[in-house]
Amino acid sequence: MPILQTIGLEKRFGGILATNDVSLSIEKGARHALIGPNGAGKTTVINLLTGVLRPTAGKVILAGSDITALRPHQRVRLGMARTFQINQLFLDLTPLETIGLAVSERLGHGSDWWRLVGSRSEVTEEIAEIIERFRLTDIMHQRTAVLPYGKQRLLEIALAFACRPQVLLLDEPAAGVPDAERQELLATIGELPADVTVLLIEHDMDLVFSFADRISVLVNGGLLLDGTPDEVARDPRVKAVYLGEELDG
Amino acid sequence: MTEAGKDVATYLARRARWSPFEIAFWVLAFATIWLFPGKYLILTETAILGLFALSLDLILGYAGIISLGHAAFFGLAGYTAGLLAKYELINEPVLALLVSGLAAAALGFVTSFLVLRGSDLTRLMVTLGVALMLGELANRFSNFTGGADGLQGVSIAPIFGVFRFDMFGHNGYVYCLVILFICFLIARRMVYSPFGLSLRSLKGNPLRASAIGIPVNRRLIAIYTVSGGFAGIAGALLTQTTAFCSLDVFSFERSADLLLVLIIGGTGYLYGGLIGAVIYKFLQDWIASLTPQYWQFWIGFALVVIVLIGRERVEGWSAAARASIYRLGKGLGGRSAPDGAAPKGH
Amino acid sequence: MLTILFDGIAYGMLLFVLAAGLSITLGLMNFINLAHGAFAMAGGYCTVILVNRLGVPFALGLPLAFVVTAAIGAVFERALYVHVYARSHLDQVLFTIGLVFMSVAAVDYVMGSSQQFVTIPQALQGQFNVFGIGMSKYRLLICGLLTVGLQLAISKTRFGSRLRAAVDDRRVARGLGINVGAVFAMTFAFGSGLAGLGGALGAEILGLDPTFPLKYMIYFLIVVAVGGTSSIIGPFLASILLGIADVAGKYYAPKLGAFVIYTIMIVVLIWRPQGLFARSASR
Repeated sequence: MPILQTIGLEKRFGGILATNDVSLSIEKGARHALIGPNGAGKTTVINLLTGVLRPTAGKVILAGSDITALRPHQRVRLGMARTFQINQLFLDLTPLETIGLAVSERLGHGSDWWRLVGSRSEVTEEIAEIIERFRLTDIMHQRTAVLPYGKQRLLEIALAFACRPQVLLLDEPAAGVPDAERQELLATIGELPADVTVLLIEHDMDLVFSFADRISVLVNGGLLLDGTPDEVARDPRVKAVYLGEELDG
Repeated sequence: MTEAGKDVATYLARRARWSPFEIAFWVLAFATIWLFPGKYLILTETAILGLFALSLDLILGYAGIISLGHAAFFGLAGYTAGLLAKYELINEPVLALLVSGLAAAALGFVTSFLVLRGSDLTRLMVTLGVALMLGELANRFSNFTGGADGLQGVSIAPIFGVFRFDMFGHNGYVYCLVILFICFLIARRMVYSPFGLSLRSLKGNPLRASAIGIPVNRRLIAIYTVSGGFAGIAGALLTQTTAFCSLDVFSFERSADLLLVLIIGGTGYLYGGLIGAVIYKFLQDWIASLTPQYWQFWIGFALVVIVLIGRERVEGWSAAARASIYRLGKGLGGRSAPDGAAPKGH
Repeated sequence: MLTILFDGIAYGMLLFVLAAGLSITLGLMNFINLAHGAFAMAGGYCTVILVNRLGVPFALGLPLAFVVTAAIGAVFERALYVHVYARSHLDQVLFTIGLVFMSVAAVDYVMGSSQQFVTIPQALQGQFNVFGIGMSKYRLLICGLLTVGLQLAISKTRFGSRLRAAVDDRRVARGLGINVGAVFAMTFAFGSGLAGLGGALGAEILGLDPTFPLKYMIYFLIVVAVGGTSSIIGPFLASILLGIADVAGKYYAPKLGAFVIYTIMIVVLIWRPQGLFARSASR
């Protein structure tokens, strides 16, 4: 059974059909990439999957349950987490506090107003583990606002990961990351645990083809093609869509 | 426990520890009972104002909710405490205090749903409207509340049957200070808890908070309720220490002055309301002796100037002053500098 | 009963004139100006001084109130407000509350704290009797003057259409390379002038004393919150609704009349948080 499915997902904004009959089927543990030219509607799909937008038609199914009617924070609790194309971080908190927040919340201590943050060892252990995995150890006590962009991007992913999702949606993780910090980012993404399913939106084709085991191509809101990296690389329609874009843009 | 895990735990524990500045602050606060025996009235007012400001800090500094009508909670509990005493429904002051605080918290809970919906503008409107509405209610039902004349004939029984509210205000002040300290302790636990951390995240980025599974609305309702409760306790304290309550407990000026108090002291670190209250009362006492009727002009002026200078800069100076006092205090071997809560040089 | 309706509409129109500027500055500049009532007060006092003390005729006193207040608005805008535009809503609130307090205290100091009355010309006192409905001449003047005047100003002049466009879609208006600073200044002046005109006209109906900006702050906020900021017709309808409700409430249930507006406020907020007449914009 696929871990994440969409059936005929559709989203209209007034007269515009932003998402047109998108049906995805993603297996557990998959590394699935969603690519397409600018304006194809990739972020809209992510917003539909996470519940930020409600579809005009179609369903979203997570681990067999229909989650189409659920609010974003409810979907997180069921195991779906996302990152944002533009960092959405808590600028006044440190990475330690940020990760601590997500872990506490997940372990059900979020509404605890009496005990101190960090008084539970299960929480602190997990915070330490995630900080290390995402290579944030040396900057974990600095305010997020002053961190270099690459580190912020790592924190962005670490935060979503701290929700221990079954499905992790990464919205252009490499976007805007300076070359010097890309390797660290790519390595970290590559080292994500095998039991976490990853859906990746990216423009960076190096990352896509080295990381993904399946690729879906989105054009004008609709799915053009869904296949293995080889199939997609060889398909002439895909080349036409991208080359066409390059000639215009 | 891994080494790294222990480091994390230690760091988090250390950050929540009481700093020498905090200890000095409270030592000094309680010392005022003996240091300024003739000034109990103004000290009591300061303590009450400090608690009131602390309650606003919880929603403004930690959760980012702007309220123009925090006096609603202050006034509701004030009248509740007065009525409980006047009609001898609850004679024990501490119990009456708790009941009044609960009443205010209930108001907070009910109005929180309105405050959550809509934009900053609607929040301003709702908070202001609720306070005005309660004021109007108190005015209308003047046969209960005494209307514009205020609640007459209130007499407060001794605390625990033993401590009378004496004419000099000594017992009243100790009472207020103890209640303030208890409320402060509760607020402090809250702020360093996972709940408090989630509030800071809501203020910073509610979108992301929701995206990591935080039930944003539920947290806001909770803190708004607590804030209302604390503000109510402050209002009830005023009624109990003065044996009087009048319509101005609901006034817009009270809510606006409160904003100024908190801004002077700084938001988001719990002591801002307390320090701001001290500075405000000090200035009020001083300026009132110069130009009593136009105090409102100077409040307005202060607000305009602080905003033009930039609150971040003012907060920066305040933080720098605190840091240097802290260093001075450390240099003197951990004992407090002479006036830990004195005006911060602006 | 129709008299009440008529009175309510007149009251509502007055509220609209007073609150329109607030709605426009909020919609256009995303700036919450709680000191808006202070400009209304300024216009009122300006007319009092001109008409009562300097013997200027009433018909001239009104437009002068608009002009003087607009000028004050323009000066304040360039000198003070411009520094606060980019700040958070909290800063704007604090700043404008500060201005209100300063203006209230200043007016109290200069003019005293008693109610001020504008001597209305003989011709406008008393009532018409139309189909058995008593219409006070003064209120008729307001209805007539404002309906016609505002309609013309907003739909026929170029400024009016630019204003409507900008309120309609701020980003596009900006993107067209319009001198944003100048538009802001003019808009702010226009809104303040309107408030001043409203203050002058309203002295007879609402009363005028130094506490005016504070007394009526909640009314302006409700008009803007209920009417929304994405159109000009929204606040207009909201004002009429509030005017009628308030007058009717105070007449039919004097004990509870004042609560009518608060009830409306709460009902609207529960039902439509973005305002009764706002389009579903993602503000």
